[in-house]
Amino acid sequence: MSILIYAESAEGKFRKVAFELASYAKKVAESLGTTVTAVTINTADVSELSKYGVDKVLKVTNDKLSGFSAKAYSDVIKQAAQKEGAKLILLSSTTDSIYLSPLVAVSLEAGFASNVVGLPVSTSPFQVRRNAFSTKAFNITEIATDVKVLGLAKNSYGVFENASTLTTEDFNPTIGENDFGIKVESVEKVSGKVSIADADIVVSGGRGLKGPENWGMLEDLAEVLGAATACSKPVSDLDWRPHSEHVGQTGKPVAANLYIAIGISGAIQHIAGINSSKVKVVINTDPEAPFFKVADYGIVGDAFDIVPKLTEKLKAFKAQH
Amino acid sequence: MCDFRIAKINILNHLTPKFMFKITRSVAPKRKLPKSSEVSRLRNRYNTEKYYARIVNYSNYYYNFVQEILKINNLIMKILVCISHVPDTTSKINFTNDDSQFDANGVQFVINPNDEYGLTRAVWFQEQQGATITVANVGGPETEPTLRKALAIGANDAIRVNANPTDSFFVAKQLAEVIKNGAYDIIIAGKESLDYNGGMVPGMIAGILGYNFLNSCTDIAVEGTNVKAIREIDGGRETVSTTLPLIIGGQKGLVEEKDLRIPNMRGIMTARTKTLTVVEPVEASVNTKAVKFEKPAPKSAVKLVSADNLDELINLLHNEAKVI
Repeated sequence: MSILIYAESAEGKFRKVAFELASYAKKVAESLGTTVTAVTINTADVSELSKYGVDKVLKVTNDKLSGFSAKAYSDVIKQAAQKEGAKLILLSSTTDSIYLSPLVAVSLEAGFASNVVGLPVSTSPFQVRRNAFSTKAFNITEIATDVKVLGLAKNSYGVFENASTLTTEDFNPTIGENDFGIKVESVEKVSGKVSIADADIVVSGGRGLKGPENWGMLEDLAEVLGAATACSKPVSDLDWRPHSEHVGQTGKPVAANLYIAIGISGAIQHIAGINSSKVKVVINTDPEAPFFKVADYGIVGDAFDIVPKLTEKLKAFKAQH
Repeated sequence: MCDFRIAKINILNHLTPKFMFKITRSVAPKRKLPKSSEVSRLRNRYNTEKYYARIVNYSNYYYNFVQEILKINNLIMKILVCISHVPDTTSKINFTNDDSQFDANGVQFVINPNDEYGLTRAVWFQEQQGATITVANVGGPETEPTLRKALAIGANDAIRVNANPTDSFFVAKQLAEVIKNGAYDIIIAGKESLDYNGGMVPGMIAGILGYNFLNSCTDIAVEGTNVKAIREIDGGRETVSTTLPLIIGGQKGLVEEKDLRIPNMRGIMTARTKTLTVVEPVEASVNTKAVKFEKPAPKSAVKLVSADNLDELINLLHNEAKVI
């Protein structure tokens, strides 16, 4: 029995979450005295996984799987788990992985814990710590079944290098026609921009920025930092920015290393969505804004004055480092 | 005898809320609507073709009589909205019993926001295309006010599975049973609940029933049994096509925040008389168990940096926080 992970890729390249998942799996495998197998779908070069402790790759190459299908992908993972006799299946928390995880769990009759943070609390009985109540608490969940599925919360463990010798095996799971009940007609993706899910740094703006025409300075700041841009709910409700940029409880969750909130007062619903970020910086004119209670660093002042200056200074800083 | 297919088309074309209102009000302004026993008596008396013929020829049928006939013949969509009863976001979260249980004392409970978007979208279908909405949840009697609120917003009836929602798989299994018995066309469940944030239930129901499943759905259009929908993906969105029956993991976007329904007085009054069925749970394995809760360590106070000293902020982010 090994540990199985699904190493997710986008446009043929592994996403960062795949490496975090591999690092996590390796650590758990060491404590259980077992190995890590990764299943990959249509990823040509899998050698990078050896840096993070993966021992074996089940490489799936199939044109039918060129577009994402939760049912078909979960079928692949299920068959890989059965082939390896894996008792522990680890999945990430990207939009796609969250979509397919419950399907994997049900098909393997496995107990499933999502939003897991940190290493298992104990392995016998098997207990993990999960985010609950919109990051206001943790919940320790015990999984009673023989086969277990965990969904690791994004950026909750980190990426650690741990070189291993990798063996690669081609794997041809059976994919049925009924795996494609949902047909993808078209995909609209903003290209050349970091998505909020993949970004290490997120720069977010609120109603304090007064209008969509003022987003330029935010984008400049994001560009210097290699960050994704996001916005608060009122901003997306007013159509200043697209809904895909809305972060918070009813928008996208953010678990970045650095979250910079500009002109966002910090309503509890907003905080609930971004609180998993490691370091939070707030820039706001109102020193009483609730965001200052949850932030690590704060500047009281006018964003229109501070942000362009900060961008300049960061440019100089980046040039030196 | 009228042509069965033409009758179908005619009915669907005329099935606007305004039309229905006209039928009910102009024909029987004071008469009571027919009881369900009367409907089934008539259902037994006439065969389907005759029904259609009569509706087309004499449009003086009652509003829910038309609905009933459409329902019998699967011409009207049946929507199930799964409702989670969750603490309001602004609630203080506390635990009792040696941190093993959530302390519901003094906590305001609401319809899970992601479910509320789904419910409002279902009401939209009801008004625009004709649909019946059932809401369901798994929970004790204390969750009934939340179901009544959903009825007040516009659902036709409610089902409560009388059990403690301990584990996602258990909940999914109960809801799957409700769905099997009710033969719903669209099942909408929020993509995530605010309490345990599992995001597992809609997918698990799909896994159990083998239905088509679309998560993070932000728009949906139904024509006959064909569905076009939009799913939010990382960094964009995709358009998909599929067929009914379909399970949706719903979220904001299904309707906009400003379109969310608040129950009005009439809704609240009628909700009291709508059917709320309590069913006992079916057997399901308990795969996971919440054993304990912990609160995060208290946060240290914010470090304020002067607006004139941005170098200091960069220094802190680089050397102390090590994030740039």
